[in-house]
Amino acid sequence: MVDYYTHDTIVALATPPGMGAIGVVRLSGSTALEIADKVFRAGRGTPLSRADSHRLTHGHIVAAESGQIVDEVLLAVMYGPHTYTREDMVEIDCHGGLAAQRDIVRTLIAAGARPAEPGEFTRRAFLNGRIDLTQAEAVAAIVRAQTSVALRAAVRQLEGGLAQRLRGLRGRLLGVLAQLEAQIDFSDEDPGDLNRPALAEELGKIGAELDALLATSFLGRMLDKGVRVAIVGRPNVGKSSLLNALVMRDRAIVSEVPGTTRDTVEESIEIAGLPVCLVDTAGLRVTGDRVEREGVERAHGALDSADAVLVVLDLSEEAAEEYGTTEALETKGKDQADIVGPPHRLGDLGFDPERTILVGNKEDLVSSGEKVRGTDVRFAEVLRLEGIHGEESPRCVVSAKNGSGIEALKETIREMIMGPVGDAWQEPLLATERQRVLVEEAGTFVAVAKEGLVLGMFEEMVAEDVRSAASSLGRITGQDLVEDLLDEVFSRFCIGK
Amino acid sequence: MTMFDRFDVVVAGGGHAGCEAALSAARMGCSVALVTLNIDKIVLMPCNPAVGGVGKGQLTREIDALGGEQGRNTDRAFVQIKMLNTSKGPAVRALRAQTDKRLYEDWMKITLVHTPGLYVIQGEVCGLDVSRETIVGVRLADGRFFGTRAVVLATGTFLEGKVVVGEHTYAAGRVGELPAVGLSASLREMGLELGRFQSATPPRIDGRTIDATKMSEQPGDPDPLGFSHWQKPQTRRQIPCYLTYTTPHTHEVVADHLHLSPIRTGSVSGKGPRYCPSIDRKLINFPEKRRHPVFVEPEGATTCEMYLQGLTTSLPIFVQEMIIRAVPGLENARLIRPGYAVEYDFLLPHQLTHSLEAKAVHGLFAAGQINGTSGYEEAAALGLMAGINAALYVNNQEPFVLRRDQAYIGVLIDDLVTKEIDEPYRMFTSRAEYRLLLRHDNAAERLSPLGHTLGLIDDEQIAEIEQRGRLLAEGEALLATSTVKVGDVTNDILKSLGSSPITESQSAARMLRRPELSLQDIVRMLPEIPRVILENLPPDIADQLAVRVQYDGYIQRQLGDIRRRRATEETHIPEDFDYAGVEGITVEARQKLCRFRPATLGQASRIAGVSPADISLLLIHVHRRRGGNSVRQGREPAVR
Ligand SMILES: Cc1cc2nc3c(=O)[nH]c(=O)nc-3n(C[C@H](O)[C@H](O)[C@H](O)COP(=O)(O)OP(=O)(O)OC[C@H]3O[C@@H](n4cnc5c(N)ncnc54)[C@H](O)[C@@H]3O)c2cc1C
Ligand SMILES: Nc1nc2c(ncn2[C@@H]2O[C@H](COP(=O)(O)OP(=O)(O)O)[C@@H](O)[C@H]2O)c(=O)[nH]1
Ligand SMILES: [Mg+2]
Repeated sequence: MVDYYTHDTIVALATPPGMGAIGVVRLSGSTALEIADKVFRAGRGTPLSRADSHRLTHGHIVAAESGQIVDEVLLAVMYGPHTYTREDMVEIDCHGGLAAQRDIVRTLIAAGARPAEPGEFTRRAFLNGRIDLTQAEAVAAIVRAQTSVALRAAVRQLEGGLAQRLRGLRGRLLGVLAQLEAQIDFSDEDPGDLNRPALAEELGKIGAELDALLATSFLGRMLDKGVRVAIVGRPNVGKSSLLNALVMRDRAIVSEVPGTTRDTVEESIEIAGLPVCLVDTAGLRVTGDRVEREGVERAHGALDSADAVLVVLDLSEEAAEEYGTTEALETKGKDQADIVGPPHRLGDLGFDPERTILVGNKEDLVSSGEKVRGTDVRFAEVLRLEGIHGEESPRCVVSAKNGSGIEALKETIREMIMGPVGDAWQEPLLATERQRVLVEEAGTFVAVAKEGLVLGMFEEMVAEDVRSAASSLGRITGQDLVEDLLDEVFSRFCIGK
Repeated sequence: MTMFDRFDVVVAGGGHAGCEAALSAARMGCSVALVTLNIDKIVLMPCNPAVGGVGKGQLTREIDALGGEQGRNTDRAFVQIKMLNTSKGPAVRALRAQTDKRLYEDWMKITLVHTPGLYVIQGEVCGLDVSRETIVGVRLADGRFFGTRAVVLATGTFLEGKVVVGEHTYAAGRVGELPAVGLSASLREMGLELGRFQSATPPRIDGRTIDATKMSEQPGDPDPLGFSHWQKPQTRRQIPCYLTYTTPHTHEVVADHLHLSPIRTGSVSGKGPRYCPSIDRKLINFPEKRRHPVFVEPEGATTCEMYLQGLTTSLPIFVQEMIIRAVPGLENARLIRPGYAVEYDFLLPHQLTHSLEAKAVHGLFAAGQINGTSGYEEAAALGLMAGINAALYVNNQEPFVLRRDQAYIGVLIDDLVTKEIDEPYRMFTSRAEYRLLLRHDNAAERLSPLGHTLGLIDDEQIAEIEQRGRLLAEGEALLATSTVKVGDVTNDILKSLGSSPITESQSAARMLRRPELSLQDIVRMLPEIPRVILENLPPDIADQLAVRVQYDGYIQRQLGDIRRRRATEETHIPEDFDYAGVEGITVEARQKLCRFRPATLGQASRIAGVSPADISLLLIHVHRRRGGNSVRQGREPAVR
């Protein structure tokens, strides 16, 4: 059964995910303020109820239960009817980055919001008379187009593996339900005894499979919203060139003068069907130049919010000479350490090895003599000089200039995001937040039902939980509960007077 | 011309549906003619002599709560009554009664002929007169004509009826009764689409020839119980049923003659219900099952006829006898009436609105088996609703429609109107997504206020319902606020009931959620004041109170669901809405929507083949048509 809850509060990412430095999360509905208030701690400590409409407030999103800070944000309260949907709305500007945005959306869901269906903000705007039909249709068309293009991969998933697995699980839930329902509806027609332990065991197995599905949901959301990959490294190691090589277009300014890339530059590409947002950062260099300092700070931000980080290292002869000895490097850093605080060795930034790919660039400039010794040896040396313990991270040797190794790098990125599975497309992925919420919901109901069976709760109560679980899954695959259930009952039990 | 030549409402068919329809329309002030083929067979039960059961019993309670007759009539005529599902929770309990068939007919007839404005007429309706897509009169086969504003068709299994026993087939509405011929053609002429279904009934035997010692006796419940809320349950001497089982030997006999089964010979073509399989069908579908139950049920207090529930078949009569005698306890049983199947025309119900009026013909209503259902309770429920709506139509008032979250009757009608019906429809509790709300114990609270508005429930009755409501609310508040204190007394009681001890004081309501504890148990652990008040509640109210508290979590979940769906449920689609103009919906959805013509988006969303995306587009177009943009805000469902 389809339902359009028109009066609850919905939440969604309003900016195309990962496409800009700042992400906007939007809430709309009668309890938007209330929900935002639960998780927002204003810098000045003023409660949201006293905030002016359409004014930005600085503060933090804090997880309601744990009290942990999720992100630093700017938040605007907007009272209906002067909003896009004509409902009360809250807009939250966050740093961008898939991880941060995802966590904010999740925190808001935990506080009582519901993930919006595609196009739902527009639907509300239309229903509340904010926009007219032509506008609504235009937006609806865009929503449809987006779902068909950007989420093509996800949809393919839904038609294939995921839907199949969900149907399988739903079918097994119906099997359990049929046993319970037969006890209720045909108790006077000899349905046999209810085997509670066996049903509880089956529910346990179903629950475990739902958990496994949920574990893939992070991947699914990446498919949906894109992956952020930050490119970091010292100035002039070829970060911008690498970005260009990955994009195959001259987007970022490439320059021989260190420190040219002062803003973070973002570019979207597709790697094996996965939308990937590459973020080119300013070089992580100690400097007194104010402008560049800001760029450096932004680079730190990009690093924190990235799903994967490419640490670019220069393998060329020239760089080797520049590095000189370890002492020289250390001295260089110390001199300016009091101006800003970045580390004098890259390794001090503390890269998360699970999210890091070490990229040795300018492979074409490694002298033939070096090549005899092996690029690997050179690579290891640079890592040592930079204080990076790179054992756990994958390494790629490339030349941004002539394109060697770029394909292998893409493959490495893909593997980092999707795991080492041969063909990740075969794996069911929970493609959207809505699906994730529904699967999670199903899992909760299954657990409650199982407990109910063990505790000796009435059949109709357990059945209610199993029903809720099955219909949560059915809402993903769009199947009708009652008809399927009756088919199941009649095929299993010889019922009839 | 006599003064009866014109009626407000003419009901065609005096079965379970027709009687309720005629009674409700007359009680709402209409002049009503109940035209039926044979006035000595009014409300006859051609199949099992029982009313109620799980799902169906809830329907009977709802009929009663709305001022219908089935519950009252059953209470007057039962020979045995019992509560089913007593080992399950109270939400899915239901009553089932074995009736004395003759008495059941007699009581109904007495009620009919004493209802002012209601006239019982023997005759066969063979044609409908329609002018400008509106009913103006009915024609009888004997040449009579009645002018009328509304017609309720309640012709049961009679339209082009065909009876099948073994290799014999002949035109009949039921064994021994003439079919209704001609009416089907008249309906088709109006552009209505008919389908064909089939139903079968088991043989009846002479109760003096059974060996009860080989069967287990199935007595009724000792406490006085009844369907009707409006009269005191009566204690009555009850007659037992008997339970026996088929054996491999029985199955051999059936197997040896399967080639003669109408399933195999093809003499029955209409689709039959899966939930009433014949014994032949059971063996084909479940060959591994070694035995099937057979209930031997009395057909009345003054007859020796007994009904063999579980042995439905239309095999040749000699085979029927062999099968019966191959069942333990029935070795010497004498056959009285052979089992048979009947095939008949029905009106595809998607052609009706939720008020059971044909979409194509104003003033034409249909109820009962003609709508594709089977069963007395389903028929009576539809009859009651069709009668009410016919009366409202005559008085130019808004139709009376029950929602899925209000009543099983709402589920029944919504299902019929929005789903493809491919077998005779029977009610199950599993069809009702809100079954924990739609309990038989709260039928009166849910529906009697509506019955009162319609004029079918009187002031005194409604005052009593309101009083109950107050007591329940008080009791609920008391349970929420009284605490069970920690202590030896409490924990001793808990221990003796096999419930784990408590370490801190808890509200009575919370304790009551433990499945092993009853309200009576909890009351024992409470301080004096709440204890005395709760102990003095009438037992049925105490029971209902316990149900509300025990199911509270589930009830809240269901109420939340209802609230969320309300907006879609209440968005109306104009009757003449042009689906061709909605770009982007799938071809299948468009076809289905054109066929079903749902009245609301909620109904549209339940049609198989219509996806959420289609609904989304529909929503936009419906609002464009309307010019307005607002969605009506739903009301809260009132009763738990
Ligand atoms: C053989 C058989 C087997 C059945 N098996 C089952 C079963 O297994 N399970 C189950 O739940 N139900 C079964 N039933 C169905 C149950 O009897 C019906 O569902 C119920 O009686 C329907 O009620 P009704 O009022 O719609 O129609 P009916 O009870 O059939 O009443 C129809 C009435 O209309 C009259 N009538 C018909 N046509 C005209 C006309 N043109 N003009 C005037 N009067 C007319 C008839 O005389 C009759 O009185 C069976 C019925 C039969 C006959
Ligand atoms: N030979 C060679 N030169 C490179 C390579 N990658 C980058 N360069 C050069 O190194 C210089 C700095 O490159 P740029 O991409 O601006 O470095 P960034 O500051 O890290 O972004 C430019 O002159 C590039 O042409 C490479 O793989 N091989
Ligand atoms: Mg650069």
